[in-house]
Amino acid sequence: MENWQQSFFGFRRENGRVGVRNHVLILPVDDISNAAVEMVGHNIKGTLSIPHSYGRLQFGADLELFFRTIIGTGRNPNVAAVVVIGIEPGWTQRVVDGISQTGKPVSGFSIEGEGDLATVAKVSRKAQEYVQWATELQREECPLSDLWISVKCGESDTTSGLGSNPTVGNLMDKLDPLGVHLCFGETSELTGAEQVCSNRASTPEAKEKFLNTWNEYNNFILENKTSDLSESQPTKGNIAGGLTTIEEKAFGNLQKIGKTTNFIDVLEPAEEPTKGPGLYFMDTSSAAAECVTLQAAAGFTVHLFPTGQGNVIGNPIEPVIKLTANPNTAASMSEHIDLDVSGILKREMNLDQAGSELVNITVRTANGRHTCAESLGHREFVLTKLFRSA
Amino acid sequence: METHFIAHDAADTVGVVVVEKVLAGQEATGWIMETDETVTIKALVEVPLGHKLALADIKNEDTIIKYGNDIGRAVSDIPKGGYVHVHNVKTKRW
Repeated sequence: MENWQQSFFGFRRENGRVGVRNHVLILPVDDISNAAVEMVGHNIKGTLSIPHSYGRLQFGADLELFFRTIIGTGRNPNVAAVVVIGIEPGWTQRVVDGISQTGKPVSGFSIEGEGDLATVAKVSRKAQEYVQWATELQREECPLSDLWISVKCGESDTTSGLGSNPTVGNLMDKLDPLGVHLCFGETSELTGAEQVCSNRASTPEAKEKFLNTWNEYNNFILENKTSDLSESQPTKGNIAGGLTTIEEKAFGNLQKIGKTTNFIDVLEPAEEPTKGPGLYFMDTSSAAAECVTLQAAAGFTVHLFPTGQGNVIGNPIEPVIKLTANPNTAASMSEHIDLDVSGILKREMNLDQAGSELVNITVRTANGRHTCAESLGHREFVLTKLFRSA
Repeated sequence: METHFIAHDAADTVGVVVVEKVLAGQEATGWIMETDETVTIKALVEVPLGHKLALADIKNEDTIIKYGNDIGRAVSDIPKGGYVHVHNVKTKRW
């Protein structure tokens, strides 16, 4: 018997996926519907409103990514039901149709011709119905293979590469053989370690896809940079924590995928994986809230976030579990840290023990325990924008 | 015995301080994770938690090795026991 928990209690949804939270989401299609969304959120207790900044006059690949992210957020099994509000009915219906494929309750409302107040009255009644329905749903026991776990680190320092990132890697090596869906990203932050990372692809196709994705992102940075990116990548926080170059940061970052786990495919930003259980690489920015928003939109239900200097990020629908190996951060920012693995640096704890503790806190979070970020109200919902709107 | 710094790989030319700081002149004890070896280095300057000590004499333009891999280049000579950071190491990428 392994020294970690083997099952969790979650909400099995209409399509068979399992959620670890039970949100009734009030989802705006566009920036100008945020006010109505927030009014509904105020009216009906137990709903979750997630205002955002975009959704107007986007086009091409940028618009496709926008819809994939908004629809994917509604589809995530941590969401029980959704009301969608947009300024006009066309794009509102497109979002509703994308979410309704999961079989979960979803309704759309548009503001034009009615105004905010009449719309809010109608939406509030629907939201109330959804909350009363959702709050009667019961958790059931599920195998760990029903977990979809994403990872991304932030405000990293050298303790991330020594302790907290390898702890996440140890969890991956434990859970990958059990058939868990896993996801890492941060394309630009693998710069310097991209060849080593590419050798962790399980097929030549996945390797080629990864290197093409990395090259494209790197070329974009080289074309747009005005300096050596010092202060951006690594960040000022990284440098204060002792990280010197992007290459050093990249090798630390890569510790998150463990020693034996290989990635089976490369995903577009916010793309739902379709090749079954295993580790996926997703093409994302290395900015924390953007990356986690994309991973949540792809259907991941629990996030592991190692930090060095103390990034405080959360996500509205995907609980973000923070761990650190930096003893100063664990002490000075304890309200943000779910798991302290600084014992690794003192050699009081080994990676196997730290990895088992991380599995256990992951299961407890899946069972319903609120993370530090949830209890502090961190709901960073940040859409990735590819280019200017029309 | 207290571990003052850790190196990932036997080939690494830098180690990370894992105590609050090592002091100038201190005989610092290090652990090489890959080989489970213990080494000692005399620190030439104070180096804080999370920051790096040179484990060998490094020449200007030498490649810095950490995780057994290339993490950048020295832009000045760095003596064994010296402090390694953005003032004397730069990326080879951006």
